Amino acid sequence: MLAVTGLCKSFPGVRALSDVDFTAHAGEVHALVGENGAGKSTLIKVLTGVYRPDAGEVTYNGTPVRFATPLQAQQAGISTIYQEVNLVPLMSVARNLLLGREPRGRLRLIDFGRMHREADETLRSLGIRVDVRRPLRELGVGAQQMVALARAVAVDARVVIMDEPTSSLEPREVSTLFEVIRTLRERGIAVVYVSHRMEELYEICDAVTVLRDGTVVHTGRLADLDRLHLVSLMLGREIGEVRREGLTKFAGSHDAAAEPVLDAARLTVRHRLHGVSLSLRPGEVVGLGGLLGSGRSETARAIAGALPVDGGRVVVAGAPVRTGSTPAAIRAGISLLPEDRKTEGIVPGLSVRENIALAALPGLSRFGLVDDARIDRIVDTFMKRLRIRASSSHQKVSELSGGNQQKVLLARWLALHPKVLLLDEPTRGIDVGAKAEVQALVDELADEGLAVLLISSDTEELIEGSDRVVVLKDGAVVRELTGDAVTEDELMRAIAEVPEGGPHG
Amino acid sequence: MADVSVARVTVDRDRALRLLQNYGVYGGVVVLLVFNFAFTPHFASAENFRTQAVQVAPVLIVALGMALAIGTEGVDLSVGSVMALSTSLLSLYLGYGPWIATLIAVVGGILVGAANGALIAFVGVQPIVATLALMVGARGLALVLLPQLKDVRNPGMAALGSGDVLGIPYLVLIAATLALLVAFAVKRSTFGRRLLAVGDSRPAARLAGLPVRRVLIVVYVCSGALAAVAGVLATARLTASDPTSVGTLMELSAITAVVVGGTPLSGGRVRIGGTVAGAVLIQLLTTTLIKHDLPPSWTQIAQAVVIVGAVYAARERGKR
Repeated sequence: MLAVTGLCKSFPGVRALSDVDFTAHAGEVHALVGENGAGKSTLIKVLTGVYRPDAGEVTYNGTPVRFATPLQAQQAGISTIYQEVNLVPLMSVARNLLLGREPRGRLRLIDFGRMHREADETLRSLGIRVDVRRPLRELGVGAQQMVALARAVAVDARVVIMDEPTSSLEPREVSTLFEVIRTLRERGIAVVYVSHRMEELYEICDAVTVLRDGTVVHTGRLADLDRLHLVSLMLGREIGEVRREGLTKFAGSHDAAAEPVLDAARLTVRHRLHGVSLSLRPGEVVGLGGLLGSGRSETARAIAGALPVDGGRVVVAGAPVRTGSTPAAIRAGISLLPEDRKTEGIVPGLSVRENIALAALPGLSRFGLVDDARIDRIVDTFMKRLRIRASSSHQKVSELSGGNQQKVLLARWLALHPKVLLLDEPTRGIDVGAKAEVQALVDELADEGLAVLLISSDTEELIEGSDRVVVLKDGAVVRELTGDAVTEDELMRAIAEVPEGGPHG
Repeated sequence: MADVSVARVTVDRDRALRLLQNYGVYGGVVVLLVFNFAFTPHFASAENFRTQAVQVAPVLIVALGMALAIGTEGVDLSVGSVMALSTSLLSLYLGYGPWIATLIAVVGGILVGAANGALIAFVGVQPIVATLALMVGARGLALVLLPQLKDVRNPGMAALGSGDVLGIPYLVLIAATLALLVAFAVKRSTFGRRLLAVGDSRPAARLAGLPVRRVLIVVYVCSGALAAVAGVLATARLTASDPTSVGTLMELSAITAVVVGGTPLSGGRVRIGGTVAGAVLIQLLTTTLIKHDLPPSWTQIAQAVVIVGAVYAARERGKR
């Protein structure tokens, strides 16, 4: 139905897709999976006409095509349903469904009676039951997505691409959505389904294509691929691969104290975290494992007060911390190194010095005036200790390399003498040398008695760096690996595990 | 060889642009001064300088607050209306003496600023919309309090408007003091550092545990208070309260001074020295054209050229 062959697409400095073949057949639900940066969204954007490929061919219904704009792709029958619904929230369900194709009566006016009847019929045939006269925004997100889907089908879509459609749906809504997808499949529509949720993939998809680093590493029938194998393909790790020692700069185990310094219990954030509990002891590095979207970053952010929680509590050294407030968490001794260094970490226009001193300012000033001498001392100490390479402490932080920026952020937090350090992807996007330095530093800090939570998509780094690994899946803790069980094999097994009482158990 | 020379040319060009950006305003002021000394009769007199300085003082004070708001990636459109509110309050409460009346006028400005800040920090309204609402509201309130022009006959106010110390008018002294105070706060206080961080990258500031909301509210309160002071000074100079005309289009003059002074609208940088120079530059430009008998429309066109020039210089920096 829709196929690409030999597809290449580069962006300045990055090769997003190289030599990708992908075919979506009619009447088939095709899963497209891969970790961050694997090239899924680039592929979707090429398929829908947002990007034009550098090389390769897109064929649709057997003929080569070139979509110049998303509109052309839509008119040709390729519909995309994004996580965020792009319909008109204030208009009624029926109007949204038939937008641009409203049935007209005499005088070219909209025939509302007929419009409502037609809309109702379309939705009913897909098993969706809503009042078509109500404005769209009064519906739940799930129902809105259903309407978007119905609209896609109503405009004679032959291919429907769904990008993580279930990320904000309730379980009941998910099952309705799956009913609709099955109806589409029976009607001979090709569905491309992007998701990270293992259960969903195995429930609804027929075929699977795994992308990694811009290339296709596997494509075939999903039923022929077991879960463990799928996880290992996504992470790029062989099962039973011999662990090579000393590849990362982590020394391994630390002597951890007995009493936890951080105790997070039953953290719940709607749709994202479901009762996540974990504790950290001083001098211990705990890894957070799991696939993309499993709730790793959300857990760290919830602990650091950067993500408001609907339930749960955080206790540091025996004292409860007010959740949902970064200043409160920082006062309690929790520091978060955010995942997105460029937009949430550094303050690009300020100097290295100001960036390091930013969070510790109240302690470095008298009567609201900055004590420059003390700042200089602290900045000096940390620039030496972390080996931050900058022409001077007055250089703008945006001019530094990624690794040095990351070190500046670490210095910002260490200047506060935290008890708990949450590191979200501390080595992503930094060069090899800096990576080794950051890893060695994490080790050193743990030895000094800091409790560290480490999040990393680099499985090797996670396993070698952590004393324990808490494995998350769909926003809940599924396993905790301790002692000899801290291996890549066990991690992948934990991620692939079928939940108790699940449909495939 | 060719490569080397090309590289050197671009480096030179970069440096020239950076110089233009950092010191262009001062250069502009110097050029205008030299031009006037050479070609404008009666320019180099103490009397003329006093007039120029007194005229620029209110704009300058308002521009200081505006620079803070722009530094947080915001803007304060309500400043002109705050001046009007300030003049109304002043004339209403002048019966209690000039000090009490001034205090009440400033409190009025602080309240408007607090309302701006609360809308922006807590409700999450965009600064341009929030301050636009207060711009309309404050002017309305000013007119309700004092429907038409009223003479201000008060020896204290008259002295404030035309008195001087060692030949320097009070107005100029007050403006200079405030400029130094704000510059000091931006450079040396924790508030100043936080303001820049909030303006440069709000998510980063929030994750670093900075009190983002408090910083925003304080910024707009400062802007309101400074505008109110400007309103009091304008009233003293006119010896009349006229809420229909005081401060009209003041927000635009203030933004012009700030932008011409090299403070980028994208936030994260506040240049108080540049802002002062920007206000002076516009004032001198106007005077020069008037003294050479060019119609006021020419002044506006000249201002437009200066603004476009300043924005062009700022744009180049963003690209690098």
